[in-house]
Amino acid sequence: MSVVEETRLDAKIPGGPIEDKWEKHQFEMKLVAPNNKRKFDVIVVGTGLAGAAAAASLAELGYNVTNLCIQDSPRRAHSIAAQGGINAAKNYPNDGDSVMRLFYDTVKGGDYRSREANVYRLAHVSNLIIDQCVAQGVPFAREYGGLLANRTFGGAQVSRTFYARGQTGQQLLLGAYGSLMRQVEHGKVKLFPRREMLDVVVVDGVARGVVARNLMTGEFETYCGHAVLLCTGGYGNAYYLSTNAKGSNVTAAWRAYKRGAYFANPCFTQIHPTCIPVSGDYQSKLTLMSESLRNDGRVWVPKSADDKRPATEIPDEDRDYYLERRYPAFGNMVPRDVASRAAKERCDAGYGVGETGMAVFLDFKDAIARDGEDVIHQKYGNLFHMYKKITDEDPYHVPMRIYPAVHYTMGGLWVDYNLESTLPGLFVLGEANFSDHGANRLGASALMQGLADGYFVAPYTIANHLAGRQLPRVTTHHPAFQESLVDSRNRLERIRNVNGERSVDSIHRELGHIMWNDCGMSRTAQGLNDAIDKITALREEFWQNVKVLGKGEALNQNLEHAGRVADFLEFGELLARDALERQESCGGHFREEHQTAENEAMRDDENFCHVAAWEYQGTDSPATRHTEPLTFETVKLTQRSYK
Amino acid sequence: MSSLKLTLKVWRQPSRDEAGQFHTYHLEDVSTEMSFLEMLDVLNENLIAQDEEPVAFDHDCREGICGMCSLMINGQAHGPDNETTTCQLHMRHFRDGDTIVIEPWRAKAFPVIRDLVVDRSALDRVIAAGGYVSVNCGSAPDANAVLVPKTDADKAMDAAACIGCGACVAACKNASAMLFVGAKVSQMALLPQGKPERASRVLNMVARMDEEGFGNCTNTAECEAACPAGISLSNIARLNREYLKAALTAAN
Repeated sequence: MSVVEETRLDAKIPGGPIEDKWEKHQFEMKLVAPNNKRKFDVIVVGTGLAGAAAAASLAELGYNVTNLCIQDSPRRAHSIAAQGGINAAKNYPNDGDSVMRLFYDTVKGGDYRSREANVYRLAHVSNLIIDQCVAQGVPFAREYGGLLANRTFGGAQVSRTFYARGQTGQQLLLGAYGSLMRQVEHGKVKLFPRREMLDVVVVDGVARGVVARNLMTGEFETYCGHAVLLCTGGYGNAYYLSTNAKGSNVTAAWRAYKRGAYFANPCFTQIHPTCIPVSGDYQSKLTLMSESLRNDGRVWVPKSADDKRPATEIPDEDRDYYLERRYPAFGNMVPRDVASRAAKERCDAGYGVGETGMAVFLDFKDAIARDGEDVIHQKYGNLFHMYKKITDEDPYHVPMRIYPAVHYTMGGLWVDYNLESTLPGLFVLGEANFSDHGANRLGASALMQGLADGYFVAPYTIANHLAGRQLPRVTTHHPAFQESLVDSRNRLERIRNVNGERSVDSIHRELGHIMWNDCGMSRTAQGLNDAIDKITALREEFWQNVKVLGKGEALNQNLEHAGRVADFLEFGELLARDALERQESCGGHFREEHQTAENEAMRDDENFCHVAAWEYQGTDSPATRHTEPLTFETVKLTQRSYK
Repeated sequence: MSSLKLTLKVWRQPSRDEAGQFHTYHLEDVSTEMSFLEMLDVLNENLIAQDEEPVAFDHDCREGICGMCSLMINGQAHGPDNETTTCQLHMRHFRDGDTIVIEPWRAKAFPVIRDLVVDRSALDRVIAAGGYVSVNCGSAPDANAVLVPKTDADKAMDAAACIGCGACVAACKNASAMLFVGAKVSQMALLPQGKPERASRVLNMVARMDEEGFGNCTNTAECEAACPAGISLSNIARLNREYLKAALTAAN
């Protein structure tokens, strides 16, 4: 692998004090006049918070928007499953919050591996998001006086999280979906559901369109425009088992990477501490229990590893509330990476509970005694209901069993301050980009980022591209479209023609095992090298022995899955390489070789205070690692402490 | 944990334009801890091993919120468990030796695309007719500028919890979408933000609902019984009141 240190990626961060950068930039950027906007066509891929918000906002401004989504309806994008809430610096509870504090908490929570200017902008626009969503009719939780209610999330000592029961993502997405459908009705958005993007089309070095497969008919289609926005989510399903929806995948981002967009920090994956544990080999996904539960639930394991009494019979003095013990200042509300590693440490040390010993308790006994079952039901009713459906146990009476699971990916396509990738004209929004969360995302910040990018950032920054570049007229008859289309078609044909013995799912599961064991919560150079060898071998097996039945020209879910697994098999290797190269521990990336005496993550700011961005060099050459140095002018680089 | 032996009768239909029929499959060693869709995953792995094309079915989040999964299971939308989507239905609700009949949603407005997959885009078109507040990004007042009584916000949230799966339509003998439409109309009617377009919204959404081929409501309440999100029938009553008021006071 070649490591290029001299290449400096230009993040285009505006000058001036951090508080003024965004406003200054807004003034300096080019504008497209209202009557000229209708001359521009913009392709938005994905309809989650970032995609739906961007598509609706761009259409409201007057652009012609083409919007593709993989599900049967834009309302089903995986943002819908976000539970706990959305952060904003409103300071309604009068508890000392501010834009600066939200910014500070996010930079610290990300373990100083995010870009200060982006995070400040995120905190700055967070308040506008809440205003926008309330105006859309999002039914946020309220106090009796009619004002909005707040709760606390991990990594913060103020209450800044707005929520709609345990279904905040659903309500925010339905708000954005409503705005999107309004524009569909007005004819400003052309909506194409059940389409999977398979390539970005590049004309004269600029992203000018996409190739997609119509999942209902199997036909390949091309879409042309003046800019392409990828809002296609994260790559957690590289691990097979994750809290992601089954359809979530890396394909769109990976295809863009192969066309020239750099992939940044792929090793920054978030393992969420509170998920329902694995129960068997047939398991198809893992279910998250919102972090908001840690407001009232207390995490514990028995003090004695041999204590096999039922949880309810273990008295307080025999319980180890290990998060409260180790981190008295933040207690159960430490950030996700810290809570996850602590759970793994307890289980690995033999204190785990449940049949498999790979779980810890999340107990509501004290909260129910303090506030009553009704109050707990009001706050978390749907989560308790979901837990009972899955486990057949009633968390009102016995503690939940939880264990960490892959949940979110901070890494993603590299973007500059304008959310534009290294491929001109290709913008990347939401979880699909890498920009705001550093090495660890704080709870209730994903919704904030998706909507910030979609409602308040991309609609401004895209004008700079549209008005600032020469964009000659291009149609889908351009040879570049035909080449991309033929490439995509040939690739799926090749998969169909392997005619081997192994099912797609079994290969995906095996990849998941490799990723979880060697690139999961705790990583070593040895394990990562092993993983790279194993992934390479598995990828070869895929292309020689995968078995996909049925036609290409029809709805064929097995073929869809195969295409995505083929990409995960390439991407997984890059993730492992990135983890191998980053010889430090930070946030969700924990290298066993780099830890403090107290087993906390030990950063190496001297050598790794940078973004790693990988450039594709063709199938036969290893990717090139570029770096973008991170400078901290406002927040001082210190070791994170939640004690 | 115990295991079940099951007989499955599954609707197979190659495409929208071809006729479908039931196929019978036998499954052994189904763990009671599995979800219904994990059971179908096992069936599909078996089918692939026998060189038979797997059964197509819609699913995504597998945690009961995206609304993508469907299925009539022994004649019940989303199966036998209350307030549960198919993906959250677990095999512990079935017994050893059971025969399970699995069909797609059946409604004029939901044509079958393949096997158990149907086209529900008609629901999106009903929302497009008015299921939103017409507010452009950037023009909103401060979020706390308008007070919303907690009881109203709670009731609006109860209605807004609809996941848009279409079970109400599939369960209804008239294939009516009144519960779906009632939920959205109620959410907006209960909130001050929805007031300016209150009348036009209900008239337009009901008109679109009719155009799309959904039937009318005859108060059988199958929809409420089938709804995985617990949407109450009272939303249909509110829809009727809103519609009547709007129709009587409409300017044209």
